[in-house]
Amino acid sequence: MMNAKSFSKNELMIVNAARLLQDGDLVFVGVGAPNLACNLARRTHAPNLTMVYEAGVIGAQPARLPLSIGDPTLVSGASAVCSMYEIFSLYLQRGNVDVGFLGGAQIDRFCNINATVIGDYYHPKVRLPGSGGSMEIAAWANRCYIMTPHDKRRFPEKVDFCTSAGFLSGRAEREKSGVRGTGPQAVVTDLAIMVPDENGELQVTALHPGVELEEVRNNTGWEIKVALTITRTAEPTPEELRILHEELDPTGIYLN
Amino acid sequence: MNKLCSLKEAVAEFVKDDDLVYAAGFTHLIPFAAGHEIIRQKRRNLTLARATPDLIYDQMIAAGCAKKVIFSYLGNPGVGSLRIVRAAIESGELEWEEYSHYSMITRLTAGASGLPFMPMNLTAAPDLEKVNPNFKRVVDPFTGNEVMVVPPLNPDIAIVHVQRADAEGNAQIWGILGEQKEAAFAAKKVILTAEEIVDEAVIRSDPNRTLIPSLIVDAVCRVPYCAHPSYTQGYYDRDNDFYLQWDEISKSKEDVEKWLQEFVFDVQDHADYWQKLGDATHQRLKIKDKFSTPINYGEF
Repeated sequence: MMNAKSFSKNELMIVNAARLLQDGDLVFVGVGAPNLACNLARRTHAPNLTMVYEAGVIGAQPARLPLSIGDPTLVSGASAVCSMYEIFSLYLQRGNVDVGFLGGAQIDRFCNINATVIGDYYHPKVRLPGSGGSMEIAAWANRCYIMTPHDKRRFPEKVDFCTSAGFLSGRAEREKSGVRGTGPQAVVTDLAIMVPDENGELQVTALHPGVELEEVRNNTGWEIKVALTITRTAEPTPEELRILHEELDPTGIYLN
Repeated sequence: MNKLCSLKEAVAEFVKDDDLVYAAGFTHLIPFAAGHEIIRQKRRNLTLARATPDLIYDQMIAAGCAKKVIFSYLGNPGVGSLRIVRAAIESGELEWEEYSHYSMITRLTAGASGLPFMPMNLTAAPDLEKVNPNFKRVVDPFTGNEVMVVPPLNPDIAIVHVQRADAEGNAQIWGILGEQKEAAFAAKKVILTAEEIVDEAVIRSDPNRTLIPSLIVDAVCRVPYCAHPSYTQGYYDRDNDFYLQWDEISKSKEDVEKWLQEFVFDVQDHADYWQKLGDATHQRLKIKDKFSTPINYGEF
């Protein structure tokens, strides 16, 4: 018997991100929550999903939970390994990547991502890791999903630094730029799913079980739009939770 | 020509104050032993370039070796923040120059290919090009559209760790390939560190696996476990516990100094360091074998 306390907010985020992936997708994966989401999708509705890592690994089938983006378990048993230049050019720039997963310290109203600095660039209040692969993934993957916990600091109206392009000042500006990818398709948080509207502005389209709209509003740094019809995401199934806890992250490194 | 020498000799001869150093390896094959030797030999005013500065540059910057860092992702991979480099940037003590992974390795690839610049498609992300003048937009003469170009990166010295090499420096790598080859070809001088020195016949038995040819290599050093706490595919695992420990150690200047004293200054060389890590660590990082199916080149 399921009750509201039998799954965590983090699990809701991972399970709902997994459900957005399609069978046959070639996905540019990061470690942590995105890795769990991809492996969950591969073990449930998307057995033909291919995982690609920026370290230059294609078709990884990790036998253990990868603890870094270059974990040796990604290589053993993979279908191909290439250089970093090749993964970003032959795979990503060429248009062979269906899905990119992104995160960041700040996501704004138009899905732009900041992974670089809080405050002024030259005199940063907080120096963040920087782009890594994110700048090109956001531009050139056919579609992108963003996963991040929902709180006000992470969702300012405008990012301090635009590391990776969402829709810039609106969908028209991204389209005018001529970049090949269609940009962010959804932001999955631990409270809700937000989808860019026709102008590229985020609006709440679904709430997770037990979450009220007020909580989303209180944790977003601008007056967030709400879709006309708002749905509720399905609870994680016992099978999804079993795979996450027993097969993918048995010691709870990313789940707890 | 036999280029075998100790890592101490190689660093003494080929790494100079004020050099631009590229210690290669994306998570895999990071030449920590060379970083520690550079610290022991007290090099100063280095410019340290790596896509991911990782713990190796955190340690070298803590030891006062560098004036500048060039990077594309500043983190402790899989753990969190790279505290020392981050603090040095936040306080303004360290110069920095920043890229995305792709633009960083495109610079190296231009350097490795002898090109004046290399193009990349635009990303629509506006801010990095505003703060780094090495990003320039030019018009593609064929379509009339804009492309982004970056200049070559030609390090004074590249340090590249490999699984095996012969005494001349023909080097074979498998597993994550990162930017090893591009860094070696881009650099003016190359120090090779290898888990094993093998006979030339071993290299010639599988020439497709040779990423770095002897012609660009200046020194060949046998350094088992060179990459610890990163790893060498097929030899030993990544020491994730140490990456977590460093997150704690690097919170305090005193603890960092204590660690540098104990594990860098007070050891003779990397063999000494590896012994000091102790048997429990050695056992923990052991891996099970998994061999590939041999291929047939044919006898001609």
